[in-house]
Amino acid sequence: MKLKPIYVFLILSASFLWYSFSIYIKPLSTKENTTFNKKMASDGQLVWQYYNCQSCHQLYNLGGYLGPDLTNVISNPDKGEKVIRAMVKSGTKQMPAFTLSDNEMDLLVEYLKSTDASGSADLRKLKINNFGMIEEGERK
Amino acid sequence: MKESKFNIGNLFLATALFMLVSGLCFGVLAALIYLFPDFLKQEMGFVSLRPLHVSSAMFWIILGATGCVYNGMKILINDSKIKVIAIIQWGLWIVAIIGIMGSYFIKDFGGREYWEFNPVWALPIALAWLLFLANFYQLVKKTKNWPVYIWMWMTGILFFLFTFSENYLWMFPYFREHFITDMTIQWKVNGSLVGSWNQILYGTAFFLMDKISNSKSTGTSKLAFFMYFLGLFNLMFNWGHHIYTLPTEKYIRYIGYIVSMTEWAFFIKIIYDWRASVNTIQKHYHYFPYRFLMAADIWVVLNMGQAILMSIPAINIYTHGTHVTVAHAMGTTIGINSMILFAACFEFFNFNTTNNKRLKYYKILFWALQLSLLIFWLSLNIAGIKKGIWQLSSNQSSYSKMMESLRPYFIAFVFAGVGLLLTLGSFAFGLIKSLFTNNHPEEIKTH
Repeated sequence: MKLKPIYVFLILSASFLWYSFSIYIKPLSTKENTTFNKKMASDGQLVWQYYNCQSCHQLYNLGGYLGPDLTNVISNPDKGEKVIRAMVKSGTKQMPAFTLSDNEMDLLVEYLKSTDASGSADLRKLKINNFGMIEEGERK
Repeated sequence: MKESKFNIGNLFLATALFMLVSGLCFGVLAALIYLFPDFLKQEMGFVSLRPLHVSSAMFWIILGATGCVYNGMKILINDSKIKVIAIIQWGLWIVAIIGIMGSYFIKDFGGREYWEFNPVWALPIALAWLLFLANFYQLVKKTKNWPVYIWMWMTGILFFLFTFSENYLWMFPYFREHFITDMTIQWKVNGSLVGSWNQILYGTAFFLMDKISNSKSTGTSKLAFFMYFLGLFNLMFNWGHHIYTLPTEKYIRYIGYIVSMTEWAFFIKIIYDWRASVNTIQKHYHYFPYRFLMAADIWVVLNMGQAILMSIPAINIYTHGTHVTVAHAMGTTIGINSMILFAACFEFFNFNTTNNKRLKYYKILFWALQLSLLIFWLSLNIAGIKKGIWQLSSNQSSYSKMMESLRPYFIAFVFAGVGLLLTLGSFAFGLIKSLFTNNHPEEIKTH
């Protein structure tokens, strides 16, 4: 029997939709993290995007290449919340100073607390298993 | 009767060429910041220049792909009814481009990486794409036994629309409140969007192969269909290789890993078979389309090797978040997508290559382009490998010191970038200029 292209296309598309929706509903079975304010962190992502922080900075090593990864900047003993607040306002050699309102700054910090609580982006903490796959970073 | 070169497909291609030149100019300005951190810092800065470059480059690919589909469909099924909708579609793109570029200049962002503009500008793009889908459906519903390129165009158009909509799920707090899921979706979108326009462009490559070799064998072979479904399978499921280091579900990463390993394999064989079927006269009449497709072939090999290596998690850990990723993105965008688009422009614009002096000039440009791209690709790869070693080093220097150590490679990257601006820009200029000349295929073939 000859397999028509339309059937293969429909089977693959149905599998893709099932896979997509299984990801969309994942938050329903995720345990709540109480180390940050969920609503504020969610709004903080909008601040992160509005000022286009992603053009230079990364989260989990995904994003721009000009500045450092900020996933765990909050728990970094050499940086932390105070340094972040100061750097955003004063700028650095490459980064211009940003004029965020106090509320925007609080939201951005809460967002960075949520990224920090999600796991570690330090690649040195990852391991490779027998299948050649990266084992998950340490969850906090 | 002479037919105007200004059909709707060529209008999209010409607009795409303008976006390419825009992307190249902003790309060179953004690259200069790697060498001179204060350059345009207050006026624009990297925060504006990067999205100006990236969006321009993406619009070059997307508008170019659209132009290829319209030109291909015009040759297959000439139907004038689609013209009004296509012009409205083009108008919506122009509105979106002006709005997006303008918003970057005034630093009104709001979107995600690669789509940093205020989401309001996504509306004209979505509407334009809906019109594109409607137009395409109008055309193909009359045809039976589609060759593989019609399947690929249809797939690219449908999946772009789905994935582009998925790209805005972050607007719902439900997704934003779950950072890992939100980021998983972001990279699912990025992977599938690239897969969508690749479907349109590889479909165009198959169409051009059939047209140049004057046969229907490439686009209807079993191997071509196998390749199409393999590409579709990758579009749907291989994106997990972007997020091996994200603490998301294990099965997502394993699916990405396994599916990625199936990629590309048969594309090379199809092009290889096609090359053997093209005779010398056909190569002469389709001088640049043939050569640009061959260049794409070489860049497929280089980028395929790199992509497969990067999809192995044990290697990915060294390349993730480094300039190796940029080298791969640029290598595929310029080396594969742009080469196919240039092949298409030369073919659809009926570019005259019978003038020896002119031919010699473009031949030199062609090789200068390949050399610039090679230096560009190698310098980014070396910088990326050095950064990868730094990332995994137990005794890390500061980020700024590491970046300073990469300066020699950034210098090479900027010079090669200028080379790309000059060569690709000259090709774009020559092609747009050719639209206003009166060289038609009949005239060319009688020389």
